[in-house]
Amino acid sequence: MTERVRIENLYKIFGDSPQEAVRLLRSGKTKDELLASRYVVGLNDVSISVPAGSIFMVMGLSGSGKSTLARCINRLIEPDAGRILIDGEDVTRADAARLREIRRSRVSMVFQHFALLPHRTVAENAEFGLKMRGLPARERREKARRILEVVGLAAWENHRPAELSGGMRQRVGLARALATEADVLIMDEAFSALDPLIRNEMQDELLRLQQVLKKTILFITHDFQEAIRLGTRIAIMADGAVVQEGTAQEIVLSPNNDYVAAFTRHIDRTRVFDAASVMSPAEPIVLSGDGTVVEQRRGGLGPAYATDPEGRILGYYAPEDLDSLSETREPKALLRKDFSAVRSDAKLFEVAPLCRSQRPVAVVDENGRLCGRIEADSVLAWIGNNQTRAS
Amino acid sequence: MFDPDNLYVLPLAEWIQVAVRWMAVNLRPLFTTIKWPVESLLGFIQDTFHAVPYPILILLFSLFAWRAATGRIALFTALSLAFIAIIGVWYEAMTTLALIATSIILCVLIGIPTGILCARSDKAWSVIRPILDIMQTTPSFVYLVPVVMLFGVGTVPGAVAVIVVAIPPLIRFTNLGIRMVDREIVEAGIAFGATPRQLLLEVQLPLALPTILGGLNQTVLMAMVMSVIVAMIGAEGLGLVVLQGLGRLDVGRAAVGGIAIVLLAIVLDRITQAMANEQGVQRPSFLSNFVRLLRLRRTDDEEAPIAARAARRGTAVDDA
Repeated sequence: MTERVRIENLYKIFGDSPQEAVRLLRSGKTKDELLASRYVVGLNDVSISVPAGSIFMVMGLSGSGKSTLARCINRLIEPDAGRILIDGEDVTRADAARLREIRRSRVSMVFQHFALLPHRTVAENAEFGLKMRGLPARERREKARRILEVVGLAAWENHRPAELSGGMRQRVGLARALATEADVLIMDEAFSALDPLIRNEMQDELLRLQQVLKKTILFITHDFQEAIRLGTRIAIMADGAVVQEGTAQEIVLSPNNDYVAAFTRHIDRTRVFDAASVMSPAEPIVLSGDGTVVEQRRGGLGPAYATDPEGRILGYYAPEDLDSLSETREPKALLRKDFSAVRSDAKLFEVAPLCRSQRPVAVVDENGRLCGRIEADSVLAWIGNNQTRAS
Repeated sequence: MFDPDNLYVLPLAEWIQVAVRWMAVNLRPLFTTIKWPVESLLGFIQDTFHAVPYPILILLFSLFAWRAATGRIALFTALSLAFIAIIGVWYEAMTTLALIATSIILCVLIGIPTGILCARSDKAWSVIRPILDIMQTTPSFVYLVPVVMLFGVGTVPGAVAVIVVAIPPLIRFTNLGIRMVDREIVEAGIAFGATPRQLLLEVQLPLALPTILGGLNQTVLMAMVMSVIVAMIGAEGLGLVVLQGLGRLDVGRAAVGGIAIVLLAIVLDRITQAMANEQGVQRPSFLSNFVRLLRLRRTDDEEAPIAARAARRGTAVDDA
């Protein structure tokens, strides 16, 4: 995946002469030492890389600098040192006109408390960015309508935000951000002000939209559950610095320090880890088109899967049938079909019910090719192992 | 022995007299320039009010009250103005109204831009704020002194005094209104690439409008009060009726003037307050509010869905 947003060694200091403070930080002074000289460290040497089309979660408690980081990207807050590259262009060097251009068409933003204009209708709010860009009224209304349809608010275009519920208002906020067709989306605690049920709904909605739109999303949250639910990658921030960055599984499996461990402790592991993390190698028996055995690597116990040369599953052989396999001329006749298949990215809580039946479980990749197998015992062992270590 | 008059008296009065005389002579072009727009505008409005027959004016004012406020206030306006006409002070009332209208127009033209400047620049605000403080703590009566010295006597200097007294609340409220606009909404404006001008017109002014109109209400009332006081420097109108009544010990005449003043004040207050309140609830855009005043069609939520009313009561409808 190509990189869309890259942040290099970003600093933000609140105080009288930030440059001085940046120098002190670089020379090894700590945040607390700087606080004594009346500098509040907002961002301390933050570097992240956001691949195009991914949802990158920035997680941290309040005061950890996550919102400051988000606001530095479109320079609602001016960073004091470091670079912000969007497709290789350094945003920190853009002049006022170029910066407006970037804000109008490259980066858009969704706000925690929606930040809609109360005196404007839903459609007028959705087309706000396009209006700033100077698009003719008819054209921008047309675009706004299309986007409102995407977020399911077409019927409300002439209503005022005050007439909408929280979830609907944030859909308008999302529509406003999507309408500019910017490919980088900053979502600053976008769902934090919503009721838990509506929040879940909006998270699903975002994932659904993301499948189609493939935006590069930088999502700020204080909710680790939300981070693992939405995030392709997660960066955890504390005191203005990134303390750990990785996939949800990496972070839950090996938290860098106690601060990170505190977040991961109460996380339901079966919702973080996928089938790929518990599967064992499939070691399939490969059958050629005419049904002859091409390759048989397997020596272990349990059912043996059989695939065609492209790796697609044909069925499996029960252990008791394996001996007769070498004698028969029709290996395909012995194949059994009563197995379950799961995608390698299916979460364990989805896999577990399959293991309860006596059928063997095969793991396939997104193209339907066999990539592993799951034994009921291994799932159980894995869950037991990780949950106990956590508590 | 301890009578202060026995001490040496600082000749402050004389000094000021000399200074002001110097200013009046040497800065005359400046004061004439300041007077000119006030004079022309006042003359135009006053002539118009006096030229139009009173039934038509009452109708027009009531119509304005209906558009800007509500039907009830329009009815009250019509009755009050008719009563003023019946008690025989219509001409004077129109002079006062012209004086107030002139002052309000100039207050808006000067005050709102000044308020915007204050909201955008802390430096400007730190300069203007103490001036406003002094202007507002000075009793309005005291303003008459410099005005007479620099502008002379009559209705036009009266209008200048009214403007000076009435403008501070509008500047304050404009500044406050813009500064109070939700930070996140301003951020959203900037984040979507608004220029400072777009931000002001699309976001800050519309959202500050209820507060600004609240300031306008204060300004109108200050103008009303001051328009009476300036009768002391020879401004014509209802104030002069009261002043003359008192001077001749004609209590009846003074009371008639007083009643007309009170009615006019209530009418102006009701209308401007209703404008501010309506803004607070609905907040149509800055422009559409004025367009609405011109249109003879009620655009209020005739077809407002139940959701709107529910939302206004503070309950949100369920997420669809």
